Amino acid sequence: MIGIAVASIEFRGVVKRYADSAPTLPGLDLHIRDGEFMVLVGPSGCGKSTTLRMIAGLESVTAGELWIGDRLVNDLPPRDRDVAMVFQNYALYPHMTVFENMAFGLRVRKQPEREIRTRVEAAAETLGLVELLARKPGQLSGGQCQRVALGRAMVRDPQVFLFDEPLSNLDAELRVQMRASIGRLHREFGTTSVYVTHDQVEAMTLGSRIAILNGGELMQVGTPMELYSDPDNVFVAGFMGSPPMNILPVSNLGHALENRLLQLPRQGLERFGAELLLGLRPETLCPAAEAPAHWVRFSAPVEMVETLGAEMLVHLGEGDERLVARLPGLRSLTPGESLSLAFDPAALYLFDAGTRQRLREPRAVVAPESELVTP
Amino acid sequence: MRQILTQNQSAAGALESPRWRRLKSVLRDVFSWRFALLVFASLVVIYPLLWVVSLAFSGQQSLQLVQDTRDLGLWGQLAALVPLPEQWSLQNFRAVLTEQPFMRWLLNSVVVAAGTTVIGLVLSCTAAYAFSRFRFPGRNRGLMLFLVSQMFPAVLMLIPLYVIVVQWLGLGNSWLGLILVYAITALPFCVWMLKGYFDTLPFEIEESALLEGASRLTIFYRIILPLARPAIAVTGLFSFMTAWNEFILASIFMDDEALYTVPVGLRFFVSDYSSEWGYFAAGSILVSVPVILLFLALQRFLVSGLSAGAVKG
Repeated sequence: MIGIAVASIEFRGVVKRYADSAPTLPGLDLHIRDGEFMVLVGPSGCGKSTTLRMIAGLESVTAGELWIGDRLVNDLPPRDRDVAMVFQNYALYPHMTVFENMAFGLRVRKQPEREIRTRVEAAAETLGLVELLARKPGQLSGGQCQRVALGRAMVRDPQVFLFDEPLSNLDAELRVQMRASIGRLHREFGTTSVYVTHDQVEAMTLGSRIAILNGGELMQVGTPMELYSDPDNVFVAGFMGSPPMNILPVSNLGHALENRLLQLPRQGLERFGAELLLGLRPETLCPAAEAPAHWVRFSAPVEMVETLGAEMLVHLGEGDERLVARLPGLRSLTPGESLSLAFDPAALYLFDAGTRQRLREPRAVVAPESELVTP
Repeated sequence: MRQILTQNQSAAGALESPRWRRLKSVLRDVFSWRFALLVFASLVVIYPLLWVVSLAFSGQQSLQLVQDTRDLGLWGQLAALVPLPEQWSLQNFRAVLTEQPFMRWLLNSVVVAAGTTVIGLVLSCTAAYAFSRFRFPGRNRGLMLFLVSQMFPAVLMLIPLYVIVVQWLGLGNSWLGLILVYAITALPFCVWMLKGYFDTLPFEIEESALLEGASRLTIFYRIILPLARPAIAVTGLFSFMTAWNEFILASIFMDDEALYTVPVGLRFFVSDYSSEWGYFAAGSILVSVPVILLFLALQRFLVSGLSAGAVKG
């Protein structure tokens, strides 16, 4: 039914500015490859929806170049861009039936009625909407509405699919189902897709690659695992992963890192500044008694415990030195109790406290005798 | 003893049955002061109307109430207050429809009111859509100006309108002149009403249609207008009634008796030289029929349309 039509999307120094205010996007360079599922993620107001709407042609480009395939689309109206969009609030036409909703775009483009019927019925079949074709959106549940919106985008066989937080209005269970459906459809048809969300789980599970935006700036682009395991800055480190990476301020003594919680001998610190940030994933922490001998050990008072069944999130420390550990949920802990933990020194991340950028150091520079010295 | 108790229980049960409870609640409502107030207010409104109906169907030209009833005694005087004709007759209606040029006036009114509604709706829908969706220089001032124009008494505009329509445009004594005046004077209210409703329609619906390849005009006709039916119904009804009931402008602009609208025509039943109240009453009832039918046809839109406009307008 639906052929594979793919196109790359390229932002070349794209600027977006509203009236006299500061630019929402000060200059975006981003390449979305043919057939890729790119997820734009970031906090509210980071410019991700603006970026998506610029691809759709619903927002103008203030400066720079936006390419879809081999066409410069800066001044191309939305209807000529061959893109389809799924909106957060479905944006179905309430006075039309499901069939008419899905057929609207084809009818506007004066496709033969027989062709329209074939395409709509095929899309309805794929999405399980056959029984609902005669109903109006008011008679459908949220999940069904979103499937109709998806079907309406599919029947046109566009070069690019755009998704603007399509699952935000659905309940948790339905969201998981729809997420799986969207992923399956992308694998099946391979259409270039751009998906905006603020939910990092959606980003991690759906995206071929993820672009993280903050304040209009592109923080990092990469596969979900690249962003998780190799973040470029504190923002990305804190954004990917749940709970987020622990960031602890530490002083650089040249031969060791130190704060009130721990002292960590380390080589090769001379080229970095005096104040650093140390990043530790909650899942890299484990009880000291179960850790290999060369792992770094430290103790901290338990502040709060969140029990999740098979595992628990333990909030530790005080003042600026607070962190969360994800531990097996088999033991009981009481607030105030001192807990000894350990981590692999190779698993920590260092960031500059001023620029908040990652400080990459050659691996395996940890002193062999390194061990925790609790002040 | 037990039997007595059972009987008492069943009697109490019968008294507390759902039907009895409903009856009690209805009786409580009927004897409340609110009910009394509403009945009184309704009577104040309905009583004169009942006299009009009574007079129209009496076949006479004057009210029994205004005749001298001093010799009738108390019961006779009270009976005279009841708006019922002494005899029922359709004579007044027959006379109005056949002996007077009433049908001609009715045709004039229908043409003028329908024309006003169509032109008013076309102008106000397009203007309201532009005010709701586009940002252009003078948008806010234009909206404010519409509002300010509603604050002046309509009579103030009589002379300027006469000069413009009759003297400059030469549209006195014509349907078109009256249609233009009515459509344009109703425009500010209609634009505000419709703009309020358009504002409530999600932008995403239009954006979605834009992406699907629809032009602005297609979106306006195939998506916005069908969705705005409640507001359009209310606005249309308002335009229609403005034109249908208007008297002053019509009496000034129309000199030719053949071009009178019904309200102007009715005036001649009761003038310095004649007082045919029966014809007047029958004519008034005939005039009300189309408006009542329109209300009935559009009533399902009225509540949602009025409230939608009220909230956002």
